[in-house]
Amino acid sequence: MKMVLRALTAFGLGLSLAGSAAAQEHEEGGTPHYPLKKPVEQNWTFDGPLGTFDRGQLQRGFKVYREVCSSCHSLDLIAFRNLQDLGYSEEQVRAIAAEYEVQDGPNEAGDMFTRPATPSDYFPAPFANPEQAAASNNGAAPPDLSLMAKARAVERGFPTFVFDVFTQYAEGGVDYVYSLLTGYGEEPPHGVEIPEGTYYNPYFISGPALAMAPPLSDGQVTYDDGAPQTVDQYARDVSAFLAWAAEPHMEARKQTGFTVMIFLVLFGGLVYLTKRKIWAELH
Amino acid sequence: MSGGHSTYTPKSGLGRWMDARLPLPRLLYDSFVAYPVPRNLNYAYTFGGILTLMLALQIVTGVVLAMHYAPNTELAFVSVEKIMRDVNSGWLLRYLHANGASFFFVAVYVHIFRGLYYGSYKAPRELLWILGCIIYLLMMATAFMGYVLPWGQMSFWGATVITGFFTAIPLVGDWIQQLLLGGFAVDNPTLNRFFSLHYLLPFMIAGVVVLHIWALHVTGQTNPTGIEVKQKTDTVAFTPYATIKDGFAMILFLLVFAYFVFYIPGFLGHADNSIEANPLKTPAHIVPEWYFLPFYAILRAITFNIGPIDSKLGGVLAMFGSIAVLFVVPWLDTSKVRSAAYRPWYKLFFWLFVANAIFLGWLGSRPAEGVYVALAQASTFYYFAFFLILMPLLGLIETPRRLPNSITEAVLEKNKAGAPALAQPAGER
Repeated sequence: MKMVLRALTAFGLGLSLAGSAAAQEHEEGGTPHYPLKKPVEQNWTFDGPLGTFDRGQLQRGFKVYREVCSSCHSLDLIAFRNLQDLGYSEEQVRAIAAEYEVQDGPNEAGDMFTRPATPSDYFPAPFANPEQAAASNNGAAPPDLSLMAKARAVERGFPTFVFDVFTQYAEGGVDYVYSLLTGYGEEPPHGVEIPEGTYYNPYFISGPALAMAPPLSDGQVTYDDGAPQTVDQYARDVSAFLAWAAEPHMEARKQTGFTVMIFLVLFGGLVYLTKRKIWAELH
Repeated sequence: MSGGHSTYTPKSGLGRWMDARLPLPRLLYDSFVAYPVPRNLNYAYTFGGILTLMLALQIVTGVVLAMHYAPNTELAFVSVEKIMRDVNSGWLLRYLHANGASFFFVAVYVHIFRGLYYGSYKAPRELLWILGCIIYLLMMATAFMGYVLPWGQMSFWGATVITGFFTAIPLVGDWIQQLLLGGFAVDNPTLNRFFSLHYLLPFMIAGVVVLHIWALHVTGQTNPTGIEVKQKTDTVAFTPYATIKDGFAMILFLLVFAYFVFYIPGFLGHADNSIEANPLKTPAHIVPEWYFLPFYAILRAITFNIGPIDSKLGGVLAMFGSIAVLFVVPWLDTSKVRSAAYRPWYKLFFWLFVANAIFLGWLGSRPAEGVYVALAQASTFYYFAFFLILMPLLGLIETPRRLPNSITEAVLEKNKAGAPALAQPAGER
């Protein structure tokens, strides 16, 4: 038994060590942990159990994507028909699609040709292939944005990740995009080396700097609904747009969930009462 | 169940005709209506039913998903996104299936820990326990291959790391790895065979589940006291007593499951799997799904060579050993008393084992460097010591608490303490 107890003490000691280890990791400057700053948590209309997208914000965000981001970033998984989700009418979608040229073919003569896009077409990519994209962008191909709001997650750490279950925090990717877009312009801290052709951004997930130049500037995109034409507002709107692009059925999901939860609670309550009645005869 | 004779009497002419030719209604009646269960089962005993439900759910959602999925490296990632976007309720099917796998493991871990706590593996239930271990192994294989199918970054790199384990095996390791991969690296042949096996294994699980339930119905269930059923008042009929209790537990479980599916469907997943697989770009940290993390920690805890066994092979052996040891648990436990409720020392070490397993899971999610390695080694030591040292030793030196004479006595004692006791003959229904 003594030996067992000794092993037990060793185990307890191990547990307490773990805490201090985690603390030490942050203090020592050996390998820096990226991102240098955690994403700033924002309030979104679509967070929480009853969250919905703000159609006006999505349309503004789409405008930012169209006029700024789309010159380098593709949006492969989104078709023009999907834009009806943003509150556009079928006519408006048709008109938006017609502004794009897509390749089609072969025709009867065996040649490929271009034609104006229709709602069933997908957004054409700015580059023909990843190699061309890399060659035109200093060697770093700009990633596709369709799933960007789901494809980046900065570690939350213990115990935050436990609280996230109860607060339903699922907007880490959106907060990341917003923080990155508004995170340019700071002076790099002493000793941090910024490679040639990259831009310091403490929110970047895999290094101190990234190849994308600051994409947004005040007044760059004209809003016609009176929303402020600032970098902060552009970043916020385009992040919301990307949240929609990553999961277009999010609203349906949360609404269905509400019905399902209410059903399960009522059904569970009735089954519990039945169970009580059946078992009461035993005791 | 065997032993007790069947009380089924067909009521209709068709029932009698059927009973004389194929007594399937009799089998179902005897197994799920008249089958006697101990009257003192608590909610920890409802997870067998919950697991059956989860298996059925995974098979149903999986069959429909397979109708829309394309097992080809060029198409897989996009086909999954089409399911999320264009298939009617496709997002629901996929989230149910992906989170369903996690909740399947939540339920199986509770089920396994319940078995360890109440000594469910002890004679005469050794085969029942071993069949359960086989189901668990099959589940792990199925879950791993299923995770590869969406062909995201973590799918690809997880598959690369895990199939790489097999190269540690001397002589035949490389050959086994190439057989698994269908080539020299994870690629289209790998995806194709994983899809095929991912579709096959759940039906094998279902087959072993039938054996598991069969074995259960031969020996009867254990119960929190660990005392075998002795008289009729010790048991109640499966229906309505166990069915309604299991049903209520299932709804509670589904409530938590639905919360994850509808509100935080990505919580248990990994963001890197929203990036299409890229063989030229390794993610910063390759981590398996949460339910494999304790074993991943054990694998990486072996950082030293032991004689002719290098650290890589040692890690793989420790990892497989941590599951293999479960198979021999019935013979490692020397205690004459079955339930931890009457074993004060075993109870303490059991809960430490649970805490240690969770701690190992956390270590599995950390990078294998610095103090984490030493902690993982200490934790791995306790994991094995629990089975190989504590289980045989405690049975010999521990003084168990006094056992009640029968299940009925235990129930009545408990009722006396709480609600007014009423010794109604429970057998009469």
